[in-house]
Amino acid sequence: MMILEADRLSITFGGVRAIDGVSIAVESGQVFSIIGPNGSGKTTLFNLVSGIYVPNDGNVRLAGESVTGLAPDQLARRGLSRTFQNLQIFSRMSVLENVMVGRHRHERTGILADLLHWPSVARQNQATREAARAALARVGLVDAADRPAGSLDYGALKRLEIARALASEPTVLLLDEPAAGCNPVETQEIDHVIRAIVKDAITVVLVEHDMRLVMNISDRVHVLASGRTLTEGTPEQVRSDPAVIEAYLGVHGSQEAVRAFD
Amino acid sequence: MAELLQFISSGLTVGAIYALVALGFTLIYKASDIINFAQGEFVMLGGMTTVFVALAGVPLPLAALIAIVVTTAIGLALHRLAVEPARGASPVALIMITIGASIFLRGIAQIVFDRRFHSLPPLLGADPIQFGGAAILPQSLVVLASATVIVTLLWLFIDRTLLGKAVIATAANRLAARLIGVDTRRIVDFSFAVSAAIGAIAGVLITPIALTSYDVGTLLALKGFAAAMLGGIGSAPGAVVGGLLIGMIEALAAGYLSSNYKDAVAFLIILVVLISIPQGLFGRAKIERV
Amino acid sequence: MRTLLETRLLPAIAVAAIVVILPYFFPSAYYYRIGALVFIFALAVVGLNLLMGFAGQVSLGHAGFLGIGAYSVAIGPVHFGAPSWLCLFAGAMLSGAVAFLVGRPILRLKGHYLAVATLGFGLLVAIVLTNEAGWTGGPDGMSVPKLALFDWQVRGSDAWYWIAGATFVGGFVLALNLMESPTGRALQAIHDSEIAARVLGIDVARKKLTVFIISAMYASVAGSYLALFNGHVTPEVAGFLRSIELVAMVVLGGMGSIVGSLVGAAVLVVLPQALTIFHEYEQALLGLILMVFMIFLRRGIVPSLAAAFAGWRK
Repeated sequence: MMILEADRLSITFGGVRAIDGVSIAVESGQVFSIIGPNGSGKTTLFNLVSGIYVPNDGNVRLAGESVTGLAPDQLARRGLSRTFQNLQIFSRMSVLENVMVGRHRHERTGILADLLHWPSVARQNQATREAARAALARVGLVDAADRPAGSLDYGALKRLEIARALASEPTVLLLDEPAAGCNPVETQEIDHVIRAIVKDAITVVLVEHDMRLVMNISDRVHVLASGRTLTEGTPEQVRSDPAVIEAYLGVHGSQEAVRAFD
Repeated sequence: MAELLQFISSGLTVGAIYALVALGFTLIYKASDIINFAQGEFVMLGGMTTVFVALAGVPLPLAALIAIVVTTAIGLALHRLAVEPARGASPVALIMITIGASIFLRGIAQIVFDRRFHSLPPLLGADPIQFGGAAILPQSLVVLASATVIVTLLWLFIDRTLLGKAVIATAANRLAARLIGVDTRRIVDFSFAVSAAIGAIAGVLITPIALTSYDVGTLLALKGFAAAMLGGIGSAPGAVVGGLLIGMIEALAAGYLSSNYKDAVAFLIILVVLISIPQGLFGRAKIERV
Repeated sequence: MRTLLETRLLPAIAVAAIVVILPYFFPSAYYYRIGALVFIFALAVVGLNLLMGFAGQVSLGHAGFLGIGAYSVAIGPVHFGAPSWLCLFAGAMLSGAVAFLVGRPILRLKGHYLAVATLGFGLLVAIVLTNEAGWTGGPDGMSVPKLALFDWQVRGSDAWYWIAGATFVGGFVLALNLMESPTGRALQAIHDSEIAARVLGIDVARKKLTVFIISAMYASVAGSYLALFNGHVTPEVAGFLRSIELVAMVVLGGMGSIVGSLVGAAVLVVLPQALTIFHEYEQALLGLILMVFMIFLRRGIVPSLAAAFAGWRK
């Protein structure tokens, strides 16, 4: 069943057509990767699908329901969550508190109860704390729970964002360059984390530059270039597609790459 | 009809002052992204300093010159001592610094000067000129003419000189400007100095009509800021248009509706503009990249 | 479970202890007056701190709500014969309603746009209060009948000391509760990254409006107390300088530090009293303090002390 679909999405920024007629269809439980050279519109596509930009044309469907133009918080309530390429951590809060915020859509209290600290709020806090700890465990950050989020290293912060997104119990998780800036060890950790997520029947859509990660982990790969779809297929199909190599490396580079690949 | 002409002429006159204050805001904002709330105090200092220096026996033109120089120095000091040390602070923190500066200058002014209203003799005599049934003060014409000259000079400077281009470059991208050798600190110094000078000149010009006292700065700053927002913050022509518009709307509202609520006009305009067209009449909406 | 409660409310218990113990050190009855004023302003500052320090929004017109609260307990009894305590309550409701109406459109704004919009709001309130002389007594203000509770007319600085102190502790506890709640976490999240908060399902606009309304009501109650205590109210209570004073108290004490609210209020209430000879220098000093703190000690007194203490312990 197609959990996330986008039909001929387009958006223009001040005369530049950043995304032009892109369609994707993600099957439930898959790992779906979007790749492409810098400036091809990967993050823009992400922002379109996650409600941060409103498309000029086209529509987005989540589990069959049209969600085009819905705000990010509305999408979150429908089970869509995402991380950010440039890390949007709540740096003033602790690691645990960051993930507790992720539980927000499952928390049920009102402002009056919060102000007066009814017993229900104390119970809610406890439940949230435990669920947050569980999410931290899934990314291997439980020991850092009480440290200020700003004190973590880069790779750990990337995993923290994933834990926070997981805490909201999404059906679809969009990961925006989770391995960006990570060393090979950290990238391996991200790889394990993603595999564990998929085992929990969460669909993962990935934007990534790290080709090894993409090829190892994806079920399907969608290639963007200059805001348009170049091709889509399995990792094997895409990696050996000459058009893809050319888009990344240019004509001369692609000729070199043909020699390098074997 | 005569009434309308009267309102329009007084509206344009005070609007010209708002325009000059707004221009000062815009210049500093363009060069440094800072909203300088002490802008109104420059106007106050221009007027009050002239009054008190003249009272000490100095001939009026020299007193005015001294006032402009002193205010310009204060503008520079404001940048170097209060704004520069806080480079990199959030926009709100910077606003609060300039608000603090404005209150500080006001506080010092009430001690150094006094708390009374003061006036200056008008430049071309006090007899109103009859025009279509309306009585227009010669000083109004002086204000309008001076404002036009200042705006034109500023425009020529920005458009035709290298220093002007450097200001634009600094406004567009500070780091890039520094990388091509622009001393951005001097540029911001310059923008503060020029804004202070413009404010001081406006203060000297308007005092014969509207009087001056230690606390005229706050209201002027707010109205000048409203004008800058209306025109589109960062747009110099917008600042001028905004200032004249607010001056006129204020005069018309005071004349036809209620003179008590004259001051409320500018603030109502601020709220309406911010809610409906935050980028103002001539500004461009910003697109945020995530 | 009990220990959890103790740790959470410890700052409030400490503050309550201060309220109770302080009078033993008062050399004269006059100090009750200063204490009352400190707690009244501290109450308003706690509310403003929730908005500014906690949720990261700015309000340069908060004295407007101070004014609404103050004039409610003046106009109500004088023009409608309503009992003061009811007017206090009504004033808080009115402030909340005004905050709702005004907040909805302007809280969409950020940074200096929001700052100026709130500034405009505060000034409009002050202008209305000055102009509608028929209701408000105009620029000279009006007198405020004393608060009467069950036949007991509340008079005297010592009575107000205890009322203001108790209310402040109450407001303090509510604020502490809010911080340890889903709403509190959502507000802090909004401060650090609105976009991330949104993506996690937080209705950012609604949360901002909620904290704006709460802070308005805090200010309103403080304003009512101020008017009832002084027996007189003028439009200056809603003025620009007042709003900046409140902001200065937040900044001084420490943005986001509830305890800092008390410190900030204490400094800026006590200082003019201590400097009566230098009364003229009040404005200049306020401006200077604001500048110096925003340039050099942006975190404020309490967080800076806490950080220094933590550093020293290592």
